[in-house]
Formats: sequence, structure tokens, C-alpha cells
Amino acid sequence: MKYAYYPGCAAKGATPELHQATLKVVERLGIEIVEIDNFNCCGAGVITEADPDLAYLLNAKTLAAAEALGLDIMTVCGTCQGTLGGINKVLQTDETLRNRINVSLKEATGLAYNGTVAVKHLQWILVQDYGLDTLKRAVVLPLNKLAIAPFYGCYILRPASAVRFDNWENPQSLEKLIKALGAEPVLYDGRTKCCGFPVFLEKEEIALGMVGSRVAEAKGQGANAMVTPCPLCHMSLDIYQERSGEKIEIAPGQDRKMNMPILHLPQLLGLALGFTAKELGMKHHFVSTASIDDRLEGK
Amino acid sequence: MRTQITVQRFNPDRTPEHFVSNYSIECDRGTTLLSALLHIKNQIDGTLTFRASCRAAICGSCLMQVNGVQKLACRVSLHEELETRGRLEIGPMANMLVIKDMVVELASFWKKIKAITPYVVADEGAASGAPTRQRAQQAAPLQNIHEELHNADGCIMCAACLSACATFEVSPGFLGPAALAKAYRFVVDPRDKVRQDRLMMLQEDHGIWDCVRCNFCVSVCPKEVAPMEQIVRLRRLSIAAGLNESVEAAHITQFTKVVGEEGRLNETRLPVLMLWGHWRKLFRMIPLAIKMFLRGKAPFPFKRPKGYKQVQAIFKSRTDRNR
Ligand code: SF4
Ligand code: SF4
Ligand code: FES
Repeated sequence: MKYAYYPGCAAKGATPELHQATLKVVERLGIEIVEIDNFNCCGAGVITEADPDLAYLLNAKTLAAAEALGLDIMTVCGTCQGTLGGINKVLQTDETLRNRINVSLKEATGLAYNGTVAVKHLQWILVQDYGLDTLKRAVVLPLNKLAIAPFYGCYILRPASAVRFDNWENPQSLEKLIKALGAEPVLYDGRTKCCGFPVFLEKEEIALGMVGSRVAEAKGQGANAMVTPCPLCHMSLDIYQERSGEKIEIAPGQDRKMNMPILHLPQLLGLALGFTAKELGMKHHFVSTASIDDRLEGK
Repeated sequence: MRTQITVQRFNPDRTPEHFVSNYSIECDRGTTLLSALLHIKNQIDGTLTFRASCRAAICGSCLMQVNGVQKLACRVSLHEELETRGRLEIGPMANMLVIKDMVVELASFWKKIKAITPYVVADEGAASGAPTRQRAQQAAPLQNIHEELHNADGCIMCAACLSACATFEVSPGFLGPAALAKAYRFVVDPRDKVRQDRLMMLQEDHGIWDCVRCNFCVSVCPKEVAPMEQIVRLRRLSIAAGLNESVEAAHITQFTKVVGEEGRLNETRLPVLMLWGHWRKLFRMIPLAIKMFLRGKAPFPFKRPKGYKQVQAIFKSRTDRNR
């Protein structure tokens, strides 16, 4: 089991803990990865807004690099998955477009993409390629004291044309993983909704409204922590959580601070595989994850 | 096969509380949700209230929530829904005021559509509302309009997209996907004479920049209007039309610029470039930026991964072409 690893900008930038936890987890599980050399940004749907062909070119370069390695791509970012995976689907099915993109790509970089690579998020790899039973056997510390609210985010689910893994109306892969690790998945409406990240700098009110309702709802349903396959969702829910307290409805006397630990998927996996919070980089988080440790230690 | 349908009810004449009714019905492979509801209304419970007309996904009246998703009742196969979800829970569409059972207040939806001037303004006078004489249509300018529209004219006004919209849920003033898709439809119409006014109006609060690109509208639309994609096109057209001074437009242009220079997104540089000149917003970022730095979340602002030269070559090929 071997993949070309595409970390994405966030795992190498503002969420270094994601990269750190991923390396630990895949090594322990025996999944071999080769990081794509000098990988570039997928454009996160933003570059498409400026120039669709530019987004095609940037992602074709990534896909061509994996193709040269003869490997499928593993992503750890929901947004990269949606963008790179979505563009891959288009390049695979639209030969005219692929040929046109390849002409420019070859001129600029010497590379060309033939459409043979699959792009898969770690979340899907574990459910489909690795297998839940194998994963269960690798668990050394079952997380049976934790109720975990899965937060999918948008791009790992929608649009269906780009994804074709989970059914966006009722996705199950995170729930399956949470159960395989011994924890209890929390069901709440917001699990498939938006975290607000794309408009944080320009429309903070809207974004905070989203963060506030996701976290408050998960908390209301009894979650001890939330887990997400997307580092941008992580940033929203973690970094802006305190500020989003202004936006939630609370009973008189109740605290606006929600203190909801937000975990990257590889961090949750890492806990069940016996790594410590420190090894999984949780010191980088804004919201303390100490309450999780306390629970796991039975305090 | 017998199956059960659970319906979220509301009837203020009877009780101010929402309540639930369960109905047991016979269904076969071809039964649609709408035909089941009509059967219930005719045979079991005449008080059950919903909108419907065409029974063929044309009129857009029968939109409701089916197992938590906004769908046209006449297009839902009970069999398929049971197969994929294992249950049938029906209710009024989300985020709207409920009048009775599945009937919701749609005035706010229509108000949004009206707000974008949903008709061709062929000469300046028409905007005032005064009637104008119809002229002979010239076919030539309309020749390629079909491709240009990207199906934005396929909308049946069912409101599924607005009801599912992540921004609308937290910001009810948002013009919303259907109205914005319609705005796109008129912006690209070659007969329209007020294109720049339209684009300028869409820059305001509650316009194209309030969309978070959650893709809900694209996913629920029964007519493949793909409202979000039309919103993205409107953003692109706005920037091309010189409306590029806002923080929102800068998000796109500066993001692209940073990736063009460095190969990757630099989370430290982008906010500064975007918010430069917008001091209040930049100021609000400072406490977060300091905390991010202390938590090891702020990458060094001038690092460049080795492969950025290839990326620069890709960017150059694009700018050369656009020139
Ligand atoms: S993509 Fe934009 S318009 Fe469409 S549902 Fe999401 S926020 Fe609303
Ligand atoms: S865009 Fe699609 S979902 Fe929205 S009102 Fe029109 S037909 Fe319905
Ligand atoms: S009854 Fe007309 S769309 Fe369903």
C-alpha cells in the first residue's frame, strides 16, 4: 500500500500538526507514502475564480508528478481533495480539455498528464483500501470514553460530481472510522454544513455565525470533541471558536466559551494508536485538548 | 409494499406547537412522494397541506424536506429514498417561515428575485417601468447565448437552493443562489443595456461576495442550474469589469498572486495583502495573528518551496496568453 502524498499548503503552513500527525499515523499503520516533490497549491477553488485554466494547469502538474511515480495520490485536506480530485475527474473524462491543458503544461514544465491517477483522501483510503477491520486491529487505546462529532465540511462531500465516495445527503465514512476507533459518533445536522472559512477575512459575521452554530450544536448533542478531515475547517472551528461565542444563543448564566476541542482526523486516529497529544502536535491548537486526555485517562 | 411516512406538521388553527403525524401507505416501485401525499390527503387525512401542481418537476411548487434534504416531492421515488436512507421523514423546507404543514412563506424568496431586476432592460427608459415598444429581434447577438447562459435560465423557482444555502441560514438578507443565478442570466444577455449597473449592485452586502461556496445549491437544484457556478462567473466578470478594489475581489487576485510567486499559499502574507487599506478589518486580525504566531501556526512570510520556478512558468504561460 503506497501513495504519493499531497499534504497541501495548510499542512505545511498554518496547521503543521496535521502533517506531523499524518506521518505518525501512516507509519504506524504501514501505509507507505512518498511526498510529491515541490508540490504546489491546488488553488482551493479560489484560483478557479480568477482563471479556470490556471487551476487546471496547477493541478495537472500535481497529477502528472504522481503519474510519473506510478502512484495514486493521498490527500489529507478536504478542500484539496475536492479541488484536486474534482479537476482530476474533469481531466480524465474530457479528453479535448486534457490535450489542450497538456500543451501548455508541457511548454511550461515539460510534464504531461495522461489521466491514470486516482486522488483519495486518507479518510477514504482507510475505509476502502486499508479496511476498517485492519484498522480495528491496530487500535491500542480504544477511545470508548469519547463521544466524537464528525464534521465533514463541504468539499469532501460536494459537488457529487467531484466526489463519488460518500453520499453527501448522508455520509458515513467518518462515523465508521470513529466507531472503528472505539468512540461513539455524535449525530447532528451541522455535520455536512459549511465552516465559513472561505469568507473569514471579508465577511466575518457570516463565518462566525456558521462556526458558532456548528460547535454549539455538536456540544448540545453531547460531543466531547469534533473531528474533521479538512484543515481549513479545523482553522475555522478552532481559531475562531472563542470569537464565535458572540453569535450563539445561550441560557442565562451559561458560558459563551464552548471549549470544544477540534481534532484533525489523523490526530483522532493517532490517539487510538497510542500516540500522545504532544506527539500529535496538539500544542498548536487554540482550544485546549486537555479535556480529551483527562477523559481517556479516566479522570 | 407497505411503508410508513413520518410528517412534521404545523397547523396554527389547531395548536401553536409543531407535531408529528405517521401514515402507513402502500407503495410500489413507481410511487412518488407526491402521489403518496395526494393519496393521504384524499383517503386518510384531509388536513394534510402542501403545494403541488404539475406532478412533473416543472412548476417548482412541491419543494419540501425529505430526510433532511430539500427535494421536489414529485421527483422523489419512495422506493429509492427507502433504499438509500431506510426511512421517510418529511417536513417543510428548511430556513423558511412555516404557514401550515409543508406550506412555507415564499414572499422573501420572490423579493430576492425581484431585487435583481429579473428582466432584460433593453433601453434605459425601460428601467423606469414605463412600457416600451417591442422591436424586431435581431437573431445575431443571441446566437451563442445558449452556451453563455450555462443553464442559468433553467430555473423553476422551487427555492430548494435558497432553503439549503449555508449563508442564507445565518444571514437572511443574502440575495441567495436562485436570484444570483438569475442575475448572471441577465448580465450575459447581449440585449441588456445595464450590465455594469447590475454588476455594481451585486458587489454590495448580501450580494455575490457573501457566498461561501458550500455547493449546497448545486447539489439540491433539481434543474442543474448550478447557482454557485454562476456566482463564480459573476465574480470573474466583476473583476474583469474593473470592480476589483474590495477585500473580496482582493481575496481572489492576491491569493492567485501569492501562489504565482511562491508556488503555495502563504497564510501570513495573504491576509496582509488582502486587507491592506482596510484598516478596521486588518486591525481585527492582529490579536489572532499574534496568537497564531505563538502557537507555531504562522509560517515564515517569505519562504519559497523549491519548485516555485515551474509554477511561475505556468503563470507566465497564462499571462502571456491573456495579453
Ligand atoms: S454555494 Fe453559495 S449560494 Fe450556493 S448554497 Fe452555498 S453559500 Fe449559498
Ligand atoms: S436554481 Fe435550481 S434549486 Fe434554485 S430555485 Fe432554481 S431550480 Fe430551484
Ligand atoms: S408538482 Fe410541479 S414541480 Fe413538483
